[in-house]
Amino acid sequence: MDPLNERLAANLERTFEDLVRGHQDRLYSLAARYLGNTADAEDVTQEAFVRAYRAMASYPPARIHDLDLRPWLTTILLNVARNRARPDRARTTTMDALATLRADPAEAPEAATDRREAAERWAALVASLPAIYRAPVLLRHLDGCSYGEMAGILGRAEGTLKAQVHRGVELLRAAFEADDRRPPPAMPVASPLLEEVMP
Amino acid sequence: MNPTSAVGMTARLGSADGTEAAIAALALAAPSSLLPGTMVAAGLADGYVEVDAPVGPIYLAFNPTGVSAVSRAGDQLAFERWFAAEIGRPLHRVRSLPPRLGAAIARRLAGDRSGGLRVDLRGRSDFERAVLEKALEIPRGEVRPYGWIAAEIGRPRAVRAVGTALGHNPIPLLIPCHRVVRSDGTIGEYSLGGPAAKRVILEAEGVDLRELEALARDGTRFIGSDATAVFCLPTCRHARRIHARHRVAFGTLSETERAGYRPCRVCRPASAAAA
Repeated sequence: MDPLNERLAANLERTFEDLVRGHQDRLYSLAARYLGNTADAEDVTQEAFVRAYRAMASYPPARIHDLDLRPWLTTILLNVARNRARPDRARTTTMDALATLRADPAEAPEAATDRREAAERWAALVASLPAIYRAPVLLRHLDGCSYGEMAGILGRAEGTLKAQVHRGVELLRAAFEADDRRPPPAMPVASPLLEEVMP
Repeated sequence: MNPTSAVGMTARLGSADGTEAAIAALALAAPSSLLPGTMVAAGLADGYVEVDAPVGPIYLAFNPTGVSAVSRAGDQLAFERWFAAEIGRPLHRVRSLPPRLGAAIARRLAGDRSGGLRVDLRGRSDFERAVLEKALEIPRGEVRPYGWIAAEIGRPRAVRAVGTALGHNPIPLLIPCHRVVRSDGTIGEYSLGGPAAKRVILEAEGVDLRELEALARDGTRFIGSDATAVFCLPTCRHARRIHARHRVAFGTLSETERAGYRPCRVCRPASAAAA
């Protein structure tokens, strides 16, 4: 088992901060992309950690020792996120989220802008994906879960999940392309690459 | 939309891999407020904020038990050092107070003692807790002598220890130790900025300090009404309602007894005679 489990089992209060540090980025990313907004994502991630803490505080050390923390925390996060997701809430990706997109220091500023614009469009598409596909797609391709882990987290068969991930990715790709075919607000200056691609 | 976007381009070319890469690129870094907020919400650390008070900006710490500290420390670092020395629990600055706690504090500062504001006095001795909880009962606009607290908590001879406990009040302003004054009419020390700050706060709360000091110079410790034969401490809201022509001044408890007056049930002035 992970040495973190051992430390959590031995001294939960002292080690909990390390657990948060180790999982906050991936859980926050999942929450933000699942909910489609960052304000709720912070609340949801915080609540998931607090629930995890309270659960562990009630467990005997042996049980904490044997926890598979990654999928266990993910399961809690998705439960909290599903309770929070209200149909009346607009699924918008705020500028705030774009500002916190992990920056690659070697990247040129224009490339970073392009990447943010593309990410904004993808984020909006992911957030509008039907929930049955959204969780599997995010777990697989954002969080990097195995199908075995996903089966445990979502309570669905691996074969079902593979089909749902495949279908979800197809829907996203089709939606992105459909979006691309719409006339752009202002045609950018043609680049040599563009002429090669477009007849 | 930008045709030179690498992610957009691969997806346009119809690759599922491009879509997968685009999803993977949606990873975010958690905001820096997430960790502190989580530790505070889990009860593993106290949170603190800077708030405006009558004496200037103060730092206010809290946890799920209630408000744990109020300090006028010069800056953030000074406050964190003070908290580490005085309280000793982990501490994180947070963006804002929990809404309910914020509302309860605002009500309390406005003079509403109807409850709802919880304080965390863990780590204080039973005696200190008794003193501080008694101080919580003193209404805005009124003051009580140190001896009154001592008598009210059943330790009438511990007047000096009451002063020490109030001097170490970890939650000044909200636990109104500034409403406890000397029986000789001087207002006494104050941990949140000395006697000058104490005056500012008491006057802001509507206490007429000049009148209080004048009464003390005359040797007046109780005010009675010859219409009701009830006597009060001078700042008691019932004493302030007594019409000038019915006001009777007393210097000692035995004078009130001889005159046949009974003590007010609200300010319980007999407790003050212990000092």
